[in-house]
Amino acid sequence: MPPPRAGTVATLGPARGTPSAVTVAPWAAHGPRNTFLLAVVVLLVATPIVLVAAVSIGAAAISPADVWSSILGHLVGGGHTPPIDDQIIWQVRTPRVLLAFVVGAGLAVTGAVLQAVVGNPLADPYVLGVSSGASIAAVAVLTLGGVATTGLLPTIGVSGAAFAGAVATLVLVIALGRRQGRLDPHRLLLAGVAIGYLLQAGTSFLQLRVGSNQLAAVLFWLLGTVSGADWQKLRLPTVIVLAATVWLLAQARQLNALVLGDEAAASLGVSVSRLRAQLLAVCAALTAAVISVAGGVTFVGLVAPHCVRLLIGSDHRRLLPVAALLGGVFLVLADLVGRVVARPMEVPLSIVTAVAGVPFFLLLLRRSGRVSRLSTGAGAGGGS
Amino acid sequence: MTRLRLDGVGVRIDQALIVHDVTVDCAPGTFVGLVGPNGSGKSTVLKTVYRAVAPTSGAVLLDERNMLRELTSRRSARQVAALAQEHSQGFDFTVAEIVAAGRTPHKNRWELTSAADRRIVADALDTVGMPAYADRAFTSLSGGEKQRVLLARALVQEPSVLVLDEPTNHLDIATQLSLLALVRSLGITVLAALHDLNLAAAFCDRLYVLRDGVVVRTGDPWEVLTPDLVAEVFGVRAHRGVHPVTGRLHLAFSEIPDRDEKALKERELATEGNI
Repeated sequence: MPPPRAGTVATLGPARGTPSAVTVAPWAAHGPRNTFLLAVVVLLVATPIVLVAAVSIGAAAISPADVWSSILGHLVGGGHTPPIDDQIIWQVRTPRVLLAFVVGAGLAVTGAVLQAVVGNPLADPYVLGVSSGASIAAVAVLTLGGVATTGLLPTIGVSGAAFAGAVATLVLVIALGRRQGRLDPHRLLLAGVAIGYLLQAGTSFLQLRVGSNQLAAVLFWLLGTVSGADWQKLRLPTVIVLAATVWLLAQARQLNALVLGDEAAASLGVSVSRLRAQLLAVCAALTAAVISVAGGVTFVGLVAPHCVRLLIGSDHRRLLPVAALLGGVFLVLADLVGRVVARPMEVPLSIVTAVAGVPFFLLLLRRSGRVSRLSTGAGAGGGS
Repeated sequence: MTRLRLDGVGVRIDQALIVHDVTVDCAPGTFVGLVGPNGSGKSTVLKTVYRAVAPTSGAVLLDERNMLRELTSRRSARQVAALAQEHSQGFDFTVAEIVAAGRTPHKNRWELTSAADRRIVADALDTVGMPAYADRAFTSLSGGEKQRVLLARALVQEPSVLVLDEPTNHLDIATQLSLLALVRSLGITVLAALHDLNLAAAFCDRLYVLRDGVVVRTGDPWEVLTPDLVAEVFGVRAHRGVHPVTGRLHLAFSEIPDRDEKALKERELATEGNI
């Protein structure tokens, strides 16, 4: 067999699985693009409905029609809502609902990206220790802040302290996660987890020292809440979540390549080390922005990306926008449930997200029947 | 057509010199093989070409342009594609999505996948014999099927230089031969690390033998794969012959008997004789 020379391109014989026996990936059964469009349409329709419902339901029930007219009145003028209702709608509930949406969207996007960046499906926005850094700083202000009435602490407040704590922790973790001048994902992950435990110990110690009246505020912050939302608090997280999501979407192809492995990504023209550093910086900014206003909301960032992957696959160009919408809607619903389920008490977000989200996720997992998509796929296997 | 030249490439990882002063010249359109025992640095040399590792000394040149200095990662990925050994995927993609990733260096940030891209992907899947697999989950494939898909991804990059790292791993013998024949029929410059010396002899225009990160011999297969070199580098006895059909070099191997063990046996026999 003299090796054929250039001319016509040879082909390989058909792979042995017969087409009829070939099983199609479940999320691709109707074509990945069609499933994606369906998901986007459903979420785009659901989002305003859920937002308005969340504004109208509460201690004082307000009809959705009044909600619409009040919001429209503020946006374009000419509303006829009673002033008290208008106050509740516009000053209290709308910013709160919007903040929940922004926080949920930000966490879901961050989780999806970080899972790709560190190559681990168990990663969530907090895996790099960022939340522990924010928590210890926030709890320090909550518990010790009463002591200082002047100076720095009262000025920056809980949110400012949390933001600073998150950024400081990230800088530390990145410094520890470098190897040979490059960010090593495994080292980064281990450094993040280790630092996280250390800071959690500090947070627990602070919690032990406070009186029971303060403990509730601390616990609420640690478990996440958007109850303190107002228009001013909404501004910075909204800008950061929007800008970061747009920037991340622009990197979606590169993210896809990164998931295929560092070497594959390099061969596809991705500057792996630089991309990873940029993505980490953006994710850290997202997490810090979100956590500093809403506290430690868990579960959304871990599971929303997986739900979306199970539904429409792993292509980040589809995954990121759908995860953002799903995360946002989910957290608005979680906040709604937390407000009404145990009235007059409010339930922190993390409790609701876990209790409501876990059964839903497990159902999806069972229905898809393929746990392997969440595993790290440890290389080639199986006979032909 | 592109000339690929490695000029005195050295790679140091964790203070250890993995590759030392390696010079490899791949003339445009030729199939060049890299052979050597495990750990001789073949993969590392290849990684400098597809930019997974930066050489610590020397340079990789594409048509005499220094890749690292003069070309962005994206530019060079439009010319150089790789079929590497790494098999890691954290999340499940469909076969079509994996193959479409080969278009990455050709697309701008906000550019959508075009009908032309989809056609290129479909053609590549045809070429590797997997047209019916487009919507299958990559992780559900066998090792050989995955290798075909990754080859398709490299083809979709439309490279003028193809780097192959043990491309025949996981493949049955028929697919091994047809994969290398396919690669050769592309008519592009190929640099391949191969374990199987007979495949190397059958397909390569030129061979470079690596040992401990150093090129110890180069030339065409007949010049390079002599019994002496094979014994010295690979530690086996090689018996040279001519392939009955292709007329190319063909090797049969046998173990080199271990001299110490032989001496020990003789001594044992001698003592037995004494009793």
